[in-house]
Amino acid sequence: MTIEPLIKVQLENFGAEAEAARLTTGRKDVGALVSFVGLCRDEAGTLAALELEHYPGMAEAELTRMAEDAIGRWPLTGLTIVHRYGKIAPGENIVLVIAASAHRRAAFEAADFLMDFLKTRAPFWKKEHLASGESSSWVEAKAGDDKDAERWLNTRSGT
Amino acid sequence: MNIRYFAWVRERVGVEEEAIDLPGGVKTVADLISHLKSLDENHAAAFEEEDAIRVALDQVHVENDADLAGAREVAFFPPMTGG
Repeated sequence: MTIEPLIKVQLENFGAEAEAARLTTGRKDVGALVSFVGLCRDEAGTLAALELEHYPGMAEAELTRMAEDAIGRWPLTGLTIVHRYGKIAPGENIVLVIAASAHRRAAFEAADFLMDFLKTRAPFWKKEHLASGESSSWVEAKAGDDKDAERWLNTRSGT
Repeated sequence: MNIRYFAWVRERVGVEEEAIDLPGGVKTVADLISHLKSLDENHAAAFEEEDAIRVALDQVHVENDADLAGAREVAFFPPMTGG
């Protein structure tokens, strides 16, 4: 049976525990749950906030396409992705990926895969607002993120 | 055709979106970029680093040789930095 991923793109914060509970409550077939939370760091005190711009509609569509790709590669029992947009202060949550499966490796790999692809393909852009009050600037994409995503291109599932 | 811009591409063009009538010779994304660059200084500046710009047709990533036929919305933006 194919599972339906839960995809949310939202302004407000999320609760990782509540989202994890949604994938396990009342079930006895889930043996592993991997939850990844990406947070806004203050870059040694220099960052006041991140502002995340997104492409409404495409953000949800692209996250759904990635989730369906992951579901095709690994035997997951549940999958949730939440990505925030808007202004986010250091210490606050940005992104949540939760993968559940009967066994750990599928859950670990699916979460890792989704974070790699999310960074290079999901239409979100970060702007840094500096604590010094200097003019804000767009974060540049990292070549290392492309390399991380490329790792998966020639691989199929582990189980 | 409806054109949308995001992040620094949007800031350089100066608008979030605009409707453009495509001249007859504009068949692909690359043709559209050439046409947009010819419109004014803002567009020319936005597309100056052409290799740094990504494109989506109807909210799906495509390459610059993609055919525009049938597309309703084209979006231009920098490499993504979410997550």
